[in-house]
Amino acid sequence: MPFSDEARARLDADAAQIISRYPKPRSALLPLLHLVQAEEGYVSADGITFCAGQLGLTETEVTAVLSFYTMYKTAPIGEYHVGVCTNTLCAVLGGDQILAALREHLGVADNEPTADGRVSIEHVECNAACDYAPVMTVNWEFLDNMTPQSARQLVDDLQAGNQVTLPRGPWRLCTWREASRILAGFPDGQAGDGPAAGPATLAGLRIAKEHGWTAPDPPASEAAAQASAPEGNAR
Amino acid sequence: MTSVLTPVLTAQWDQPGCFTLSAYRQSGGYQALATALAMPPDDIIAAMKDSVLRGRGGAGFPTGVKWGFIPQGDGKPHYLVVNADESEPGTCKDVPLMLATPHLLVEGAIITAYAIRAAHAFIYVRGEVLHVVRRVQQAVQEAYEAGYAGKDILGSGYDLEIIVHAGAGAYICGEETALLDSLEGYRGQPRLKPPFPAVAGLYACPTVVNNVESIASVPSIVRNSAAWFADMGTEKSKGFGIFSLSGHVTTPGQYEAPLGITLAQLLELSGGVREGHRLKFWTPGGSSTPIFTDEHVNVPLDFESVAKAGSMLGTRALQIFDETTCVVRAVLRWTEFYEHESCGKCTPCREGTYWMVRVLDRLERGNGTDEDLDKLLDICDNILGRAFCALGDGAVSPVTSSIKYFRDEYLEHQKRGGCPFDPEAATVFAGGTR
Repeated sequence: MPFSDEARARLDADAAQIISRYPKPRSALLPLLHLVQAEEGYVSADGITFCAGQLGLTETEVTAVLSFYTMYKTAPIGEYHVGVCTNTLCAVLGGDQILAALREHLGVADNEPTADGRVSIEHVECNAACDYAPVMTVNWEFLDNMTPQSARQLVDDLQAGNQVTLPRGPWRLCTWREASRILAGFPDGQAGDGPAAGPATLAGLRIAKEHGWTAPDPPASEAAAQASAPEGNAR
Repeated sequence: MTSVLTPVLTAQWDQPGCFTLSAYRQSGGYQALATALAMPPDDIIAAMKDSVLRGRGGAGFPTGVKWGFIPQGDGKPHYLVVNADESEPGTCKDVPLMLATPHLLVEGAIITAYAIRAAHAFIYVRGEVLHVVRRVQQAVQEAYEAGYAGKDILGSGYDLEIIVHAGAGAYICGEETALLDSLEGYRGQPRLKPPFPAVAGLYACPTVVNNVESIASVPSIVRNSAAWFADMGTEKSKGFGIFSLSGHVTTPGQYEAPLGITLAQLLELSGGVREGHRLKFWTPGGSSTPIFTDEHVNVPLDFESVAKAGSMLGTRALQIFDETTCVVRAVLRWTEFYEHESCGKCTPCREGTYWMVRVLDRLERGNGTDEDLDKLLDICDNILGRAFCALGDGAVSPVTSSIKYFRDEYLEHQKRGGCPFDPEAATVFAGGTR
């Protein structure tokens, strides 16, 4: 369905802002695709036409880019999109069992929403959180040290509308569309939420402190110049 | 007493709110920027060369030398692109760094951009880590508001725009020229080199592409001197780096240490392999680096020693697997990853990874033939050095190294007509503790 006049005006303004960030307009294509995904939940034919029009490209050129990247969806998915890492390390530590449990529990294929439209699942590749394996994501927020039980509980909570606690994310889990809008470059004001680091992130620092280990002090001349800086003596 | 661990980049991570500008400034943040802006840009490049910081994204190319390749006075715009697309399997250092101390990256990026005379810096952060994207967006916004970015930074007359650009899901975009194509709004496919990005990078202009950890190391080098940095580490692998321990270990996590620390040392500090189990194989620097076994725990983790022992330091992503893990299953899964992530541009990688998956799958099911291992090695031989970019080279690493160390285990699958391992035993929840 083509965008309403109201939506179109809003998207035009957002697109102009995105394009203005870049020295060359075409660099705006990835964020523009995130933007239209934020509007409709996936990149529709209308979304493609919109991006093409903004950048003076053909629909074919936009589609060629869109189809290269796994985060763009070309059909509706769940309001809460759940990723299960099944790259080697997570798979071995239990990611394979988690994905199998979720597929059985929800009865859906990858990227296919549940009947209520609330949840979809997808196996994802390494998400740079291996010290918290097995790792999952929900709308690209981290879920750490998961098990088949905690994974089933998660999707049950998402379907029931219960609050989900994110170990290293904001207090409030945003929707798939809201997440896409952040990726388009429009922050949601939740950056200050949540911890700076999880326990595994701090493992080495904790051990260093227990032993009183620090990096060497800077050479004397620099040390004198930097004497007012707390960093040099605190560690 | 010598410090085994040397927290520098990680030193503030346990401080509440360390991701904010105020906390970062309290720990001395942005002092290096003021120092740098008072220096001629070439002096900063010289200091980086003197530090001998080698790129922390895996390849290990000297960062200062890379900056020095940017032609000066050429009349073209220069660009800095920060590669924050961390996605090499096992690698998980840049993401926690950006989550905890994004200003360390932003300050480093501003200093770097000033040194190479760039008016635009891009931070290309992978899209699948939403809270990291938020934190980096906020840090850049705070930097603008504090006068560290934008027009006339700290009254120096230097102008810089910083753009946070979220990726959209493609491992290959971690390859620097594929990243540039992606940033220009195309499919992320690698470019032929030369010309290198220093000559013809973003928009065909001189461009430095650096990893997050490399850029985040810059402020400490400016503050504490190149000599301070170069005093740490080994003769040719200077300084500190973050070592990421994951898998079948008691205490997975991030350990910042001078280059040259060994896995044996790291395991001793962290409580070792999970209780009741023993080390079977591990990656020194992500899945694209040939695997090591328990014979290699005393190899110093620096560029030269790891290379001499037959692998690569890579991203210091130490994925630890114990004796419950089937190496064939592990290698099959990595190979499926490379098949999935191959961009399709060149035949050896596109076709080679596809066929390796078929052969490995057959082997893992116990339906392999006597010729299959030779066939795999032959395919590897046709990918290594013949693929368009390093993804193809990376794809053969787990295959060739696992056949080298565990040929018998491959054959055992065939003999039994199936996998001799119980995948449940390898999970963290079936065996009780990690």
